[in-house]
Amino acid sequence: MATIPHDDFLAHEHEDHAHHDHKPGFFARWFMSTNHKDIGTLYLIFAVCAGIIGGAISGMMRAELAHPGIQYLGWFATHIFGESNPSFDQTLHLWNVLITAHGLIMVFFMVMPAMIGGFGNWFVPLMIGAPDMAFPRMNNISFWLTVAGFCSLMISPFVPGGTGNGAGIGWTAYAPLSTTGSQGPAVDFAIFSLHLAGAGSIMGAINFITTIFNMRAPGMTLHKMPLFVWSVLVTAFLLLLALPVLAAAITMLITDRNFHTTFFDPAGGGDPILFQHLFWFFGHPEVYIMILPGFGMISQIISTFSKKPVFGYLGMAYAMVAIGVVGFVVWAHHMYTTGLSEDVKMYFTTATMVIAVPTGIKIFSWIATMWGGSISFKSPMVWAMGFIFLFTVGGVTGVVLANGGIDDNLQDTYYVVGHFHYVLSLGAVTSLFAGFYYWFPKMSGRWHSELLAHLHFWVFFAGVNMVFFPMHFLGMQGMPRRYPDYAPAFEKWNHLSTVGYMVMSVSIVIFLINIAYALVAGKKAAGNYWGEGATTLEWTLSSPPPFHQFETLPKIEDDHHH
Amino acid sequence: MTLGDFLHAIRRGTRRAASGLTLLSITVAAPAFAEGADRLAVAPGGYTPMKPTPGKGMPVDGGITFQQQYSPNGDYALWMHDMFLLPIIIAVSLFVLGLLAWVVIRYNRRANPVPSKTSHNTMLEVVWTGLPILILLVVFVPSMKLLARQYKAPPANALTIKATGNQWYWSYSYPDNGGFEVISNMLPDEEAKKRGEPPQLAADNRMVVPAGEPIHLQTTGADVIHSFAVPSLWFKLDAVPGRINEKVLFVKEPGVYYGQCSELCGARHGYMPIVVEALDRPHYNAWVMTHAGAKVDGAPEAAPAADATPAAAAAPAAADSAADAASSSGSAA
Repeated sequence: MATIPHDDFLAHEHEDHAHHDHKPGFFARWFMSTNHKDIGTLYLIFAVCAGIIGGAISGMMRAELAHPGIQYLGWFATHIFGESNPSFDQTLHLWNVLITAHGLIMVFFMVMPAMIGGFGNWFVPLMIGAPDMAFPRMNNISFWLTVAGFCSLMISPFVPGGTGNGAGIGWTAYAPLSTTGSQGPAVDFAIFSLHLAGAGSIMGAINFITTIFNMRAPGMTLHKMPLFVWSVLVTAFLLLLALPVLAAAITMLITDRNFHTTFFDPAGGGDPILFQHLFWFFGHPEVYIMILPGFGMISQIISTFSKKPVFGYLGMAYAMVAIGVVGFVVWAHHMYTTGLSEDVKMYFTTATMVIAVPTGIKIFSWIATMWGGSISFKSPMVWAMGFIFLFTVGGVTGVVLANGGIDDNLQDTYYVVGHFHYVLSLGAVTSLFAGFYYWFPKMSGRWHSELLAHLHFWVFFAGVNMVFFPMHFLGMQGMPRRYPDYAPAFEKWNHLSTVGYMVMSVSIVIFLINIAYALVAGKKAAGNYWGEGATTLEWTLSSPPPFHQFETLPKIEDDHHH
Repeated sequence: MTLGDFLHAIRRGTRRAASGLTLLSITVAAPAFAEGADRLAVAPGGYTPMKPTPGKGMPVDGGITFQQQYSPNGDYALWMHDMFLLPIIIAVSLFVLGLLAWVVIRYNRRANPVPSKTSHNTMLEVVWTGLPILILLVVFVPSMKLLARQYKAPPANALTIKATGNQWYWSYSYPDNGGFEVISNMLPDEEAKKRGEPPQLAADNRMVVPAGEPIHLQTTGADVIHSFAVPSLWFKLDAVPGRINEKVLFVKEPGVYYGQCSELCGARHGYMPIVVEALDRPHYNAWVMTHAGAKVDGAPEAAPAADATPAAAAAPAAADSAADAASSSGSAA
């Protein structure tokens, strides 16, 4: 990776102090923004808000699941969703609305905006030495389309959706439950929210690809780009290729629902399984869209705090490319029980297991980066090491699920819920917090409390493991997912899981207190506050960076370690 | 399976996957013919629902692994999970944890003040690419074997049963037994407890099957997608409107085996359990003969039954009343 000559570093610091930024007024700056850093900030604020809503919904679900029977759903329906005297079926429908909203919010409005919109916008231009993104105005509309999509999704629970208010179709929106199975506008609002967010993401992807291909500082070849930039580049290609397929699939849902087409209706020659193929052709790459930028951040962080360059840089970059490519040919492993033929199941089993190889390369390269290093355990490093372990646990259960014959007993059980929360809620989210503590002083110019950041980690780590580890037990015992009630035999682990949720939510309070503390009383952060290990271009700038950076492009010298 | 077979399978699989949707080819078994007197025997005494054995065919309190298996493929799958997958994933997780722990102890700032500048080691990279491939090959063999076993076609005279998912109950029809249909609704919790069955899992009418022989089970959906699943038989197959999926169900011994709908199907998705009751042949035949118009599969055609409708006609009413009962129990709980 590129290292920055020392005098360059000083020159930039100096320039920044002399430089006076001309920032627009409040409304123009935040509502008509064309500045990648401001848009990145907006995305991060948006993602935190959406994450709190999505997290509150999971709290409602965990409360209901603490004991067998239906305890709270009726109360939620009356007091939160304003239904008067909900019938038992309406109450149960609310459960499906909650699982749907939780999934859609966390995937499309929390993880994606934070990873790509937030950190991607902030640090891709800084790391490649560019003044801004290639298309600043398109960048702005990408963000506001995401917000509009979120509003559409938030309207959905308050309008009729079939049995009760809201879209109770699961985030996967399988037809015909999402077509003939759900009358009323709620499902249309939910689908339309994906159209809007998807359009925003496609534009974002185009923006990132153009920026990374055309706006790198002189001397920064593709093979000298920081791994975080590589990760966003691969992610942008996945978005560009996968999202149009989702857009097509959900547009067909809309026309099946409203204009009497029968793409997914066997009565008119369609096929419900077609929707699943289209959805998962998007849905599987989507999984990597959510985790790849996290991989990139973890690589930067581990290298910084080990004071060593990333081990096997090229292997790391091309492992991400390989994961992206293979990610497009494994989709039907989400559909093992739909009636696939033997050969197809054998193929998808094999292809899916292959993904373990590049993923293994990444895990081992991270450890090799630390090996021989001089590691300081600042909060981002602790989060990053937590990520490696939690992601490994989520990954190995993926190898179990990859086996089509084994999956027959695990498909649609809590084992799957445990698996994907280990890679996402514990993998992607842990990498988000790692990235947050790594870059927060850079973005805000103020220090968070390292003590609180460490405390946040340990409480979070204990909490999420309590929430999600028992889910493997429940799944193997046969508890199906998307159930508001269960046989008494499942109570023990469900109860522990709910207690774990309470622990986890304490950690989120610590996180919010930490942000508030930093903004109110945080110490000022220097330009390169992590010291010698931090070698990428954002550390040559002040904290926060000037409103417009790199008016003189930095030059990247040959790296002697390559 | 040889490597050649495998490559052939991959090629066929890729070609079909690339050509779009893959439909399960449907071959309906020929009507069963008598192969021995015991297959046609009818036990005296009609049918009384079997009492479930605690812990058999149902989840156990606080269980942490799979339910005990009662089918040959379930035995094989469980063996593969317990002998291959579980030890491997535990070993890999502990190995990574161990490396992390070692790094923390040995390469922290105090223990190792001067970082090395190593950033390449081709040998190491080849090893950590090759080793996972070897491990995957070890998993690959039983994995393919399991799939091949699960897709072994049933004998031509296997009994065919069709399970239809409805919002929100299951119906089972028995084309080889005269075509009668059984409507299966969830029992309210109190009723289940009264009958000594696990709450949330019990149903008023069970899907009764013969034990010890392959059953040709078909699934389809009447309205939206449902999924027919019985964990203790390692069985899950989606019930999709407009399609008939099929798979062999084999229950080794008599017993009651519980399962639940496993594809989101609307409000009462969690309230349409599956109860499979396996009986030996004479008792299965006795159960069959309690239905109007029924015949033992493989038996010579009897005189046409006078009236085959009562069971079916009674069904919707039964469905409604049981559903209401379920809803009232749920609200109370």
